[in-house]
Amino acid sequence: MMLTLDHIAKRFGGVQAVSDVTFAVARGEIVALIGPNGAGKTTLFSLIAGFLAPDAGAIRFEDRDVTGLPPHRIAALGLVRTFQTAQPFERLTVAQNIAVGAHLHLASRGAALRRGAEIAERVGLGKWLHRPSRELTVAGRKRLELGRALATEPHLVLLDEVMAGLNPTEIDAIVPTIFAIRDSGITVLLTEHVMRAVMRLSDRVLVLNNGRLIAQGKPADVATDPAVIEAYLGRGVAPPAARELARG
Amino acid sequence: MKSAAAIIVLLLALIPLPWLVRSDFWLNFAVLTLYYGFLGQSWNILGGYGGQYSFGHAAFFGTGAYTSAVLQLQLGFNPWLAVGLASVAGGVVAAIVGGLSFRYGLRGSYFALITLAFAEVLRILADSLGFTGAGVGLQVPLHPAVVNFQFAGKSGFYFTMLVLTALGLAVVWYIEHSRFGARLMAVRDNEDAAQALGVNVYRVKLGAIVVSGILMALGGVFYLQYFLYIDPEIAYGPAVSIAALLAPIVGGLGTMCGPLLGAAALQLLNEVSESAIGAAPGLNLVLYGAVLVLIIAFLPEGIAGVARLRIGLPRGRAA
Amino acid sequence: MVEAAIIVPAILNGLTTGAVYALVALGLTLIYGVLHIINFAHGALLMVALYGVYFLYALAGIDPYLALPIMIPAMFALGYLLQRYVIGRAGHGKDENVMLVTLGLSIVIENLALYLWSSDTRTIETAYGFATVDLGVALIAVPKAVAFVGALAITAVLWALMRWTDLGKAIRALARERRGAQLVGIDVEHLYAVSFGIGIACLGAAACLLLPSYYASPHIGSAFVLIAFTIVVLGGMGSFIGALVGGLIIGVTESLGGLFLGESLGKIGVFLIFIAVLLFRPTGLFGQRV
Repeated sequence: MMLTLDHIAKRFGGVQAVSDVTFAVARGEIVALIGPNGAGKTTLFSLIAGFLAPDAGAIRFEDRDVTGLPPHRIAALGLVRTFQTAQPFERLTVAQNIAVGAHLHLASRGAALRRGAEIAERVGLGKWLHRPSRELTVAGRKRLELGRALATEPHLVLLDEVMAGLNPTEIDAIVPTIFAIRDSGITVLLTEHVMRAVMRLSDRVLVLNNGRLIAQGKPADVATDPAVIEAYLGRGVAPPAARELARG
Repeated sequence: MKSAAAIIVLLLALIPLPWLVRSDFWLNFAVLTLYYGFLGQSWNILGGYGGQYSFGHAAFFGTGAYTSAVLQLQLGFNPWLAVGLASVAGGVVAAIVGGLSFRYGLRGSYFALITLAFAEVLRILADSLGFTGAGVGLQVPLHPAVVNFQFAGKSGFYFTMLVLTALGLAVVWYIEHSRFGARLMAVRDNEDAAQALGVNVYRVKLGAIVVSGILMALGGVFYLQYFLYIDPEIAYGPAVSIAALLAPIVGGLGTMCGPLLGAAALQLLNEVSESAIGAAPGLNLVLYGAVLVLIIAFLPEGIAGVARLRIGLPRGRAA
Repeated sequence: MVEAAIIVPAILNGLTTGAVYALVALGLTLIYGVLHIINFAHGALLMVALYGVYFLYALAGIDPYLALPIMIPAMFALGYLLQRYVIGRAGHGKDENVMLVTLGLSIVIENLALYLWSSDTRTIETAYGFATVDLGVALIAVPKAVAFVGALAITAVLWALMRWTDLGKAIRALARERRGAQLVGIDVEHLYAVSFGIGIACLGAAACLLLPSYYASPHIGSAFVLIAFTIVVLGGMGSFIGALVGGLIIGVTESLGGLFLGESLGKIGVFLIFIAVLLFRPTGLFGQRV
């Protein structure tokens, strides 16, 4: 198994953000983690990537216990996350941003910058190579997040809503990029609100609600699962998403 | 590589200065400009490239100066031999300050405050302990000879400062062209993102403060040899800490030449004001403080930022 | 029990100094709590206030305690203007910049004082300057006793102001939620300046209480500023009760440190507390609230 979560729980003060979550991701899969706002998706990502330590449970990555390891150690093992709100290194250029990721395995500055240029091309930022990252649009910043993560040569990437804030054209453009990532041998775990993309992309869907895993399976099966529809509709949080989900 | 060539040419061009400028006044001006520029280079490594604003760089400066003075006066060391130990001492103090502050995740204003407090603790210690001469300070006897790291004229000190400046530039050049520097700037811009990409934030910051501390201690050693006197207020007082941060902020934070530009601008301002209004205690610092506020208000990227706009240079270069 | 004769007066002395420290720190903690900035010019502004009290006495013959109704509004106005027209504008809302702007201001103010008034220390002589009150366990100088009571009274007034007036409520709302305050139509820039002004007005009051037993000199502020930071951090950034308790603790620590370690080395205790609190309990003793 690429990644295994075993009875993971996390509490913030009086709020149980994640409770008793258990699942596994196999090598080469694209798995989507969905759920209404506040379901605990980002918290779960932070737990997996080492930004938070779980109160209970264990996380294994490539058969190694990574529970409680700091983020940079986990990244060095080959598990890298992106952020929902893109976090570029604002005073650095696009190439320099990606090179920071590439430096994880490349000590040479020149090699890292060349790698940065290659990856910028791959994620569609080739034209922006020497521009400061703060000049990028939202879509550009999302691609930069992706590019930096790929530059670390991960085995598993956690993509936290890489499509949020993008328009439909931009979404259609990023879907093939994600398939290409998987085809290059990288396992993908993503959270997403854009259901159309989830349905197209993922091999498997995990549904999180109130910090609990309430369903998992093939996209089409999950979409018709009454508990899932209830989770979306019952809260009245995101009816359009639920409708989309129900339609498949 | 072009930038390195330009800097080497500039440094070579500065070598004949003592033969061109015969007046002691202007040579002293040049020495002080390089000296303040060097203190600024030191601060710039941690503050400009690392984003950690220290208000207590005097802690490293004073440690360098006192270590050298104590080794010379109490233990009879040759001043040249003391240089190495003094810079190590500066690095050790930096490692302690940085190790504690960064381990416990102090950032921003909290980091500024704790560095200030460390400098203050050292000032009080220097003021109270016998072997540092307490409040009276330590005076190195005047014995001008190269072997004593003392020079009869200003030019010897000028060349010393030029070498130190070259060292500072080499360190910054390394930062701009190495994995360590790339990580340091990443940490400055966004700690979380850097961590997510496998950067050990603590180690990177610690590296930066130690390098910065070593250079600052060398600044203290130079001060001691140039003025031959040190006391707790000079060594660990806030004036040095402020001098160190002023030059890079005025000249351009996180840029290679910013601290030198800033130091030159401030020294010029100092001379102009003294010849216009006359020397008076405090007046130059009034101007410096005002410049600091004005730069933050109107030129947050410093003089280097303005120069870049005018010539249209890119903000950051890829190689 | 032999030592009690020395220790008790030292503690009492520390408490009186601590109360004034608390007043200085109160201004700092208010500014931090509302504006979330660390005012490095706090010490320099205290120095300005001390000179204000000195000149009111030396030139106009106004007793320091009677100068309270002049110094408090004057320092408020100075604080208001500084925040509204200098710090608020030059800082561009970035913490590091605001920090550097207040540092720059402190450099300007201190050295302007040095230029205008030279480095001489200025003291005043009042009829009550050397009078003492007998507390049974120890003698205490009258100015120190007045400072203690005065500082506590002003702290109480400020606390009441923040708790029960509309202004206090608005400031507290702003401290909690800037955007929310904006939405309900609060003039944020004005209220920030008012808060800063109140913080600086505390310095006006502190100066009036301090000068009869203290002195004015251009660099006097730096002695206070680190102590005030220590108190604020110890008490918890933004906490009123914390500032008061922290002030008293620091006053006593300094006094006892001076007693056991000597005048010069004694001050080290305060900074060691400062470093320890920053490292191990940066939220301070009383957490974060206004």
